[in-house]
Amino acid sequence: MSDATVHEHPTAETPPVEQLPLDAWHRARGGRMVEFAGYEMPIQYEGIMAEHLWTREHAGLFDVSHMGQLSFAGAGVDQALETLLPGDIQALKPGRLRYSLLLSQEGGILDDLMVTRLPEAHPFDGAELYMVVNGATKWDDLGHLREHLDDGITINHLDERALLALQGPEAVTALERLVPGVAALVFMTAGAFDWQGHALWISRSGYTGEDGFEISLPSDAAEGFAEALCADPEVKPIGLGARDSLRLEAGLPLYGHDLDEDTTPVAADLGFALSKRRREEGKFPGAERILAEHAAGAPMKRVGLIVEGRQPVREGAIVIDADGSEVGRVTSGGFAPSVGGPIAMAYVPAASAAIGTRVLLTQRGKTHSAQVTAMPFVPHRYVRKGAVQ
Amino acid sequence: MSRHFTQDHEWIEVDGDGATVGITDYAQSQLGDVVFVEVPEQGRTFAKGDEAAVVESVKAASDVYSPVSGTVVEGNEALAEDPSLANSDPEGAGWFFKIRLTHPSELEGLMDEDTYKEFVAGL
Repeated sequence: MSDATVHEHPTAETPPVEQLPLDAWHRARGGRMVEFAGYEMPIQYEGIMAEHLWTREHAGLFDVSHMGQLSFAGAGVDQALETLLPGDIQALKPGRLRYSLLLSQEGGILDDLMVTRLPEAHPFDGAELYMVVNGATKWDDLGHLREHLDDGITINHLDERALLALQGPEAVTALERLVPGVAALVFMTAGAFDWQGHALWISRSGYTGEDGFEISLPSDAAEGFAEALCADPEVKPIGLGARDSLRLEAGLPLYGHDLDEDTTPVAADLGFALSKRRREEGKFPGAERILAEHAAGAPMKRVGLIVEGRQPVREGAIVIDADGSEVGRVTSGGFAPSVGGPIAMAYVPAASAAIGTRVLLTQRGKTHSAQVTAMPFVPHRYVRKGAVQ
Repeated sequence: MSRHFTQDHEWIEVDGDGATVGITDYAQSQLGDVVFVEVPEQGRTFAKGDEAAVVESVKAASDVYSPVSGTVVEGNEALAEDPSLANSDPEGAGWFFKIRLTHPSELEGLMDEDTYKEFVAGL
């Protein structure tokens, strides 16, 4: 027996593997550690299926400390960032966050990220904006930001802080018990909190499609905090494997797989990240190409696929037309525990992107049928402002 | 009857010139939740080491190799119907296929249970 597919993509230059602040805690909890984004990270504890379903029904604790936490300060910092990404950062109100994209000059996606305008009270000395970027891209992002932002803008890499995500319908119950007040946050808002004298920064956000929180805290407080959370009956630690299946079911793209430098925001179906004012002004990297695609559609588009049968179709499988010619590619795929069958994301030609279109996929010499479907595959359960809770 | 093991984590239980093949408990624990199994059809012939079956977990796809040369007598339809048998009873009801051996001498190169246990302990 041998692995036929490998999902992690080692880069040509492999830097030394680092350990997360919670490394010993993961091992003590039975986490099976694998290398990902330059860190040893838990891929699973008791099993991906059980952990996935636990998160959908209760609350799962994810260690995402490999991700990059950055803070920005300086006069005109929001206008400065707008030269690199297409979001309306100037309109972002204190304590609010939004999803945005770091764009190359050609309009390709260098990274996807969350940016928050900090309110008066926050743990990041003197900063005005806080950003979370992907772990695998954080060093490139830092280089890009330092190269392109004016010297008057100060960037801090908050590498002394850990980042945890608590996701699932019972996340609010468990976290409120430990950190009173977090229940007042709604989706895509954030604030400063305290736990046993440690300065926390908590946003109501995540990447599983569930209600939940992302918690930035000092690394030396991470183990005590994780232990306190997991003492709650609602909370179990969850590995990277379930994080991937949860985000796939939620229809959320993963950088380095569904998004890369050759992909534009329009092709990636992330048009919502192009803010209205920014589209009208057009002053962001690759604006000409991206706005043309926004008006006319991109030649290729990211779609969701329900795969017929039970066999998972994985990243790298090829979308073929009736003649067997390659016309697209699967960028994420697997068995979806909450759906109960195989699902995938793929880039297909615009003519095949309409919901209901049937496509053919080939993988290891076998052809599979699939149907383009609306995403998310499992409904989002974010707690939005004004919604009845 | 005698049971042998491969370095690729298949087991083979031999009875006369027939044998049953599956994956070991160690293999299933490494795979995690099995969600799909493709077993070979009756009548297919394999040389030792040929790809004989596919097993997929939530995370990854793996090939199962035939530990010996032979002709498939039966694929386990119950396993194809319920892939979780590969997790719950890998060395029993979760067998993959039955095969008629063409070169029984090939069994001599395989490990016995104690040797396999030592092999796994060293991984």
